[in-house]
Amino acid sequence: MSKKKRNELLKIENLETHFMIEDQKARAVDGLDFDVFEGEFFGIVGESGSGKSVTALSILRLIPDPPGKISHGKIFFRERDLLGLSWEEMRKIRGNEISMVFQEPMTSLNPVFTVGVQIMEPLIIHRNMNKKNAREEAIKMLEKVGIPSPELRIDDYPHQFSGGMRQRAMIAIALCCDPSLLIADEPTTALDVTVQAQILELMTEIKNKRKESAIILITHDLAVIAETCDRVMVMYCGKIQEVASTVNLFENPLHPYTKGLMASIPSLTEKKKRLTAIPGNVPGILNFPPGCPFHPRCSYRMPVCEKVVPELLEVDKKHLVRCHLYNGEGRNQ
Amino acid sequence: MTEFKKSGLNLLEGKGKLIRVKGKEKKNLLEIKDLRTYFPVLGGVFRKVIGYVKAVDGVNFSINKGEVFGLVGETGCGKSTIGKTLVRILNPTSGNIFYYDNAELKSGKGQSVKIDVSKLNRKELMPYRSKIQMIFQDPYSSLNPRFTVGDIIEEPLTVHRGKHKENKKVVKDLLEKVGMSEEHIYRYPHEFSGGQRQRIGIARALSTNPELIIADEPVSALDVSIQAQVINLMQDLQDEFKVTYIFISHDLSVVRHIAHRIAVMYLGFIMEMGPAEEIYKNPLNPYTKVLLSAVPKGNPRKKAKKQPLRGEVPSSLHKPSGCCFHPRCPIAKDICRKEDPVFEEKEKGVFVKCHFPGEY
Repeated sequence: MSKKKRNELLKIENLETHFMIEDQKARAVDGLDFDVFEGEFFGIVGESGSGKSVTALSILRLIPDPPGKISHGKIFFRERDLLGLSWEEMRKIRGNEISMVFQEPMTSLNPVFTVGVQIMEPLIIHRNMNKKNAREEAIKMLEKVGIPSPELRIDDYPHQFSGGMRQRAMIAIALCCDPSLLIADEPTTALDVTVQAQILELMTEIKNKRKESAIILITHDLAVIAETCDRVMVMYCGKIQEVASTVNLFENPLHPYTKGLMASIPSLTEKKKRLTAIPGNVPGILNFPPGCPFHPRCSYRMPVCEKVVPELLEVDKKHLVRCHLYNGEGRNQ
Repeated sequence: MTEFKKSGLNLLEGKGKLIRVKGKEKKNLLEIKDLRTYFPVLGGVFRKVIGYVKAVDGVNFSINKGEVFGLVGETGCGKSTIGKTLVRILNPTSGNIFYYDNAELKSGKGQSVKIDVSKLNRKELMPYRSKIQMIFQDPYSSLNPRFTVGDIIEEPLTVHRGKHKENKKVVKDLLEKVGMSEEHIYRYPHEFSGGQRQRIGIARALSTNPELIIADEPVSALDVSIQAQVINLMQDLQDEFKVTYIFISHDLSVVRHIAHRIAVMYLGFIMEMGPAEEIYKNPLNPYTKVLLSAVPKGNPRKKAKKQPLRGEVPSSLHKPSGCCFHPRCPIAKDICRKEDPVFEEKEKGVFVKCHFPGEY
């Protein structure tokens, strides 16, 4: 990591997004504080229902309202509060300054338009290009993301593309307006390992080329994070549990949940006799446990964990963790 | 357990579907010889057959008693089709599936028998099916939402043994064995989480006391922290019930953890087969090597090397000539384009299908 001070690209303060489900408030994202710097590859990791996708949708203000609502907090993007912007202003940001790649390339591409038309659309809207220039640009983009003979494939429909190529096309759409922030929500989960490796390589290349912009990668797979990201945030039950640089997180995980996750993944290089599983289930969104949400499954559980939600503490330099084990009280026990 | 009734066996023998094997108990459970499963593709005005998707294209392997046999490969390589053909959900186009039944030998009379499952009809399959069960990938769609958990687990028992009072007790025992409790018996599948549903699926598979369980991506749909629970459970149950697994998965790390022997598939062929340790340490086929190198290692200081593999798996409707892997193979030579390599034993227990094994 470079020593020189980097500019903040995205700053999120106390973000809270909830959904009304059967007259109950489901806190999908609950008090989120983090920032992403320019030139950073930032990872968000968590299991299903941990709130990672809702975080991404909140940044783009794509939460369906109702039932969802961003009830609290501020999202600063280049020092502009996105939550204060009008719908029109927000539209100018989406796909232009912040863009997103979704998990399912088949369902997120429109099947009745050619891939070319879909890449040209943001260029025509945001860059005021005419069709001819936009088409040239789209061919360039397809070539950049590694689609062979792009001048022919541009007139194909999404169903004529394979899974990996669709995801490449999605990335081309997301990148065509040269956004400062690219959010990739599980971009490789639906793909095979060999194709996953290609896509991750492509994303790393993109990040290395564009120093002023950042990528947020959302995944459930810690190994994918290790492969690509500079800094990671671990989420559980809508809350940040741990934030650290990737190397730090993998070599010195602090939160019992992070430790548990790492122990439960079988390794490709060494054979373990038995996996150490985290007991219990991921709680449903309407019954998040009181206190620390992880306490029913935690092996270091203390009485205080059942009542008090721990604070997010900076334990080491730039290594934040939300656990009672690391504040004064916990250390004494 | 439902045995192949003596009279039933004689009936099979008359039709040439059964071979008596002399000598000791076989350590094989299944032996698969040149198995092919093709799907016809229809086209034109008259919906004529215009081609075949060769999902499984001549595979040979055998399953030993008590082992975990891992089948790995990318999407569309035919691993699930093999699983479904072995339980005869799908019918093989050609080839044999031999099942060894040692029941008679063990009871002291008669010999062990070899039954060609690929030739059995629906009725004759019944006893075989009680010995081979399946666990499915998606715990949400593989359990009937209108059945209670008790009904789901009891159904195979009723089908294979008839209605008995003891069945309920067996169901209760099984629920406890898979880490759930008796009180869950009257609940419906939607009340459970993914991991719990997969446990119900496992209990259902175990209910007929099978010899072989085919697990088709049993942990792929589960959360990371739940995956480990289910894998541990499957291992414990194997020790307890002495059951054999065929573990089908695309996740190479999971397969390495659980499997004793693995087969790597590509486009309907087995590219490499052998002891898991051997193959992970020293892959001979370039495809295996590339596949292993593509898996993220989970170590930020040791990132994966640049992917040598370009493009994606070709369609199994139009397979490449010669070796099916040659268009993507980093060491393909002329012979690879023309001649299909033979699947043969290269080292002890390691079978490879490649013209230049170990050269990449």
